[in-house]
Amino acid sequence: MAPPSSRRSGHSRRAQFSQFTGYVVAGIGALVGAVLLGLSLWQPTLFGGLRGAASDVTVPVAQANGAARAESLGFIESVQGYLRAGRQNAALKEEMELARIRLAEAAAVKQENRRLKGLLRLQEDEVRPVAVARLVASTAASTRRFAYLAAGSNDGVRVGMPVRSPRGVVGRVLEVARNSSRVLLLTDSESVLPVRRAQDETVAFAEGRGDGRLRIRLINLGINPLKVGDVFVTSGAGGYYRPGIAVAVLSQKTEDGGIARIISDPAASDFVSVEPIWQPAAAIGANTAPDEAFGEDGSAQVEPAESTAEPAGSAEVQTE
Amino acid sequence: MIDRLNPRSRRDRYGSRINRDHSPLLAYSIPWLTILFGSLLPLIPIASAIPLVPPTGLLFLVAWRLVRPGLLPMWAGFPLGLFDDLFSGQPFGSAIFLWSVVMLAIEGVETRFPWRSFYQDWLVATLLVGAYLVFAAIFSGADIELSVAIVLIPQYVLSILVFPLVARIVARLDRFRLWRVRSVR
Repeated sequence: MAPPSSRRSGHSRRAQFSQFTGYVVAGIGALVGAVLLGLSLWQPTLFGGLRGAASDVTVPVAQANGAARAESLGFIESVQGYLRAGRQNAALKEEMELARIRLAEAAAVKQENRRLKGLLRLQEDEVRPVAVARLVASTAASTRRFAYLAAGSNDGVRVGMPVRSPRGVVGRVLEVARNSSRVLLLTDSESVLPVRRAQDETVAFAEGRGDGRLRIRLINLGINPLKVGDVFVTSGAGGYYRPGIAVAVLSQKTEDGGIARIISDPAASDFVSVEPIWQPAAAIGANTAPDEAFGEDGSAQVEPAESTAEPAGSAEVQTE
Repeated sequence: MIDRLNPRSRRDRYGSRINRDHSPLLAYSIPWLTILFGSLLPLIPIASAIPLVPPTGLLFLVAWRLVRPGLLPMWAGFPLGLFDDLFSGQPFGSAIFLWSVVMLAIEGVETRFPWRSFYQDWLVATLLVGAYLVFAAIFSGADIELSVAIVLIPQYVLSILVFPLVARIVARLDRFRLWRVRSVR
């Protein structure tokens, strides 16, 4: 049945005009939206301030929610633990024995390392995290993979800093507001990370595929030396990430590399730490076009976060 | 002793009609607030792998628009989309544009097919949300590859299945919205 035509404006001029105005305003709204969209695709950081202010407002609420999420995850895990306790106990005991032996060996190696480093007069520099905070929210409905971190410029977080969990790399800071920041996760399709195989010097790029896995693209093409189960760590190229942080495990081989699962799933990590940029000068150098001059203090003329054009083999691509 | 024939004869589904009336504030703010809340909802789960959560803000917008034509003005897509853009992770302007277009599209559909039924609403929502997800992915600035496109399918299916639930919630909220709370003197 057709509805009563109460919404039809009939002969009333006023009603006709107001309906027409509605269409026009909606059309203008769509046009303005299209222009804004074009602008923000062209200059991704343009509306970062607005977004930052908005996320600053929501972070306190999200933080409580993040704590609740972590607790519920822990609860599920402990229930699972009870179900598998017996079998797991036996397996763990065996593993423990082996681990004790390895630990003793590792202690010996560490001792030797310290002695050799002492001979070479190398400084043992420990990286202190800039901030430790919760991942409080993520863009779960959008194709882009961002997460929001409950620490911002007030805590010393700056654009470009690597974010890691105890297990491995999570992503990199993309936008900073006062008390919150936006993190580009490794799984985002615009994220590129220089990695190497853990046991040798096979270097590659780990690119997000947008479906939760990473594509490992070897730099030196030829016979693909990768095997399923290979672990990839950051190589330190580009200067953003310090080398040797776990990134991904290869799960499938392809012609020019493979598909890998990430080691540090942000959904499973409660607290993450923001680390300083490993080699700021190198990071700036990687973002500087070859014909551009470096400043006196080693800083280039361009802001590192702004530029999108990068020479091949540099750090993560910064485009949004 | 004469009993009243029907004790509820002076009530309608929104409460007592004696000395009570709808509150304009409640009646007009509830749709906007639920849509804004829907925009914030996808933030809650940490989904690192794939976009799985339905675009709840848009689902609420479509549900309100289909259930109560004329309640939201034609230009409602602009302010609501602006709010959604602040949190969705899409480039700024994507929801402003797409939500405005969705409002215009529903208007067109209603002029062409003036009948009303839930299944028709569901079909309209299915088509619109599908188009929205595809265009949002295109506008997101991500490299559109096969893997990205495949990942949209579970989200789309979930959105379709969730729409009846959203429609029920909106129907409940619509009754709450028109509850006679204001006392008339």
